[in-house]
Amino acid sequence: MSLIDQTATELLAALSSGRLSSVEVTGAFLDQIESHDSKVRAFLRVDAEAALARAEQIDRHRKNGKPLGRLGGLPVAVKDLLCTAGEPTTCASRILEDFRSPYDATVIARLKAADAVLIGRTNMDEFAMGGSCESSAFGPTHNPWDLGRIPGGSSGGAAACVAAGMAPLSVGTDTGGSIRCPAALCGVTGMKPTYGRVSRYGLVAFASSLDQIGPIARTAEDAALLLEVLAGHDPLDSTSIDLPVPRYSETIGQPLEGLRIGLVPEHFGEGLDAEVEAAVREAVRVYRSLGAAVSEVSMPHSKYAVATYYIIAPCEASSNLARYDGVHYGYRTDQIQMMAELEAQRKELQQAGDDAALEELDNALIRMYRRSRAEGFGPEVKRRIMLGTYALSAGYYEAYYKKALKVRRLIRQDFDRAFDGVDLILGPVCPTPAYKIGEKVDDPLSMYLFDLYTVSTNLAGIGGISIPCGISSDGLPIGLHLQAPTFEEERLLRGAHMFQKATDWHLSSSFAHISTVFEAVARRFCWSVQRAGLAVDPLGPTRGALSPPS
Amino acid sequence: MAISREQIEKVSLLGRLLLSEEELDKMTGQLGRILGYVDLLAEVDTEQVEPMAHALDVSDVFRDDEVRPSLDREQALASAPNRDDECYLVPAVLGEL
Repeated sequence: MSLIDQTATELLAALSSGRLSSVEVTGAFLDQIESHDSKVRAFLRVDAEAALARAEQIDRHRKNGKPLGRLGGLPVAVKDLLCTAGEPTTCASRILEDFRSPYDATVIARLKAADAVLIGRTNMDEFAMGGSCESSAFGPTHNPWDLGRIPGGSSGGAAACVAAGMAPLSVGTDTGGSIRCPAALCGVTGMKPTYGRVSRYGLVAFASSLDQIGPIARTAEDAALLLEVLAGHDPLDSTSIDLPVPRYSETIGQPLEGLRIGLVPEHFGEGLDAEVEAAVREAVRVYRSLGAAVSEVSMPHSKYAVATYYIIAPCEASSNLARYDGVHYGYRTDQIQMMAELEAQRKELQQAGDDAALEELDNALIRMYRRSRAEGFGPEVKRRIMLGTYALSAGYYEAYYKKALKVRRLIRQDFDRAFDGVDLILGPVCPTPAYKIGEKVDDPLSMYLFDLYTVSTNLAGIGGISIPCGISSDGLPIGLHLQAPTFEEERLLRGAHMFQKATDWHLSSSFAHISTVFEAVARRFCWSVQRAGLAVDPLGPTRGALSPPS
Repeated sequence: MAISREQIEKVSLLGRLLLSEEELDKMTGQLGRILGYVDLLAEVDTEQVEPMAHALDVSDVFRDDEVRPSLDREQALASAPNRDDECYLVPAVLGEL
């Protein structure tokens, strides 16, 4: 088995026993990135030299008998919205193209302390707003299973890089399905932990009451390993919960005895692809054969989840994104041009004698804000800022925002009631397998409706995991969704692992497929900080290096 | 609830965005359809329901009130698009324009 085909758990065992060095492991994944990522475009930046230097340092420490962290030399990819001191954190947005974070996000600090090798920064929908990775200002990521299709989003690069063997572990974020949806569409395992399980400090905020960081990996076992490192209380995030972190990787092998599974009839209705439904029902049969009892649980408010989410999330986003003002950091419009434009408008109105319009004309500061944001944000981000601003504005707040918060409670109560009688809720992650790039770009509402099975997890604040459970007739992966009550990550992981012991969907890889699509794999890694078509200067500005694909 | 082009224009000022004529047209249609969809919530009886702003019942998390190091000025100004030695620079707010 080639090195990149091994799971993180297997690689870690080989690293710990000295059979493999971190330089070998890191080099193998960098090779795969170099030879394939010009097509997949999972990464926004890869600093091969820094990754190898870090790997070498970890190897040296191991050789000298120095105790190593939990991930002892394993490469980990990171979604480009987790702040890393001194490095660009772009959120796949033009507005942050030149931004360098002055500090480390807590999860970055934890990964560093665990001796992970940070291998690169993955592509995403701009500010994590989107379900297809197409709203990235730097061009979409392509699904490794079919390059003409979306990888899902917003953590599209994070899931695609694991599917394509470019990283064994990857960190994503999930606000309404942004880990689970790409995991499902790329055929990997991805978990959204309970709200408060992982610190959000240094995570660039989209919707603060919904955002949560989580692991993406090939297996539940690998996800358990990574979650163990990411999770834990952090005084810097007052919403992180002070509960001990279980050793997920030690208990994952224990099957769930007397497991009670709930199916939500509302999740098997209109819009669900027949092949997805068949795969999910087959998965339920597998659980049954493992001794699980299956019953139906009604979630009467689940049909309101998308509407509720697409009020609350944009409201929080419009408030959070007010910080991009062209003053403190990030992009600012060309000021000379802006002043000239404003002056010309003023003259025109003066000549026309339009005093009312003159009175309403922006002052220079307001115009600077408006132009900077108009030029720095992409269409989806603007749409959500507009939606949120409208829903929070005087006269509409009660009808939209407050109403949505009330329905949010009803959705949470549906879950609480359901979990009185079942341990896990099973269902589809996405209504169909990956769709074609460009298919839904001009129809935001249909894109939003693609999130219908995942958003309620975030609204309720509970945990969910997506695991591969089938392949469609077009050769595309299908995901199975497991949801559990708050802080039952252990149950989710054990439940997912049970399934992965009994099936091998998680082992079907897209690599074989890739090598038939792609040019031959370059076996030798050239020791430079170049990757196909993209010159990476870790210290230089990112502008230009991140031009969209031609 | 339908939304007019005029409202969209007003909201774009509140949201500190400057939208082109084309964007205003497109946004009016798209937001209209989205708002039309979310009107679905009107049918839910929420008379007796408390709003839920947060998933967890955590409130008033305090820390000790003590002075701790934070970003120094140079770090805070490092990513500013326009600055001098001590301050962020912005277009004049008072006076002309």
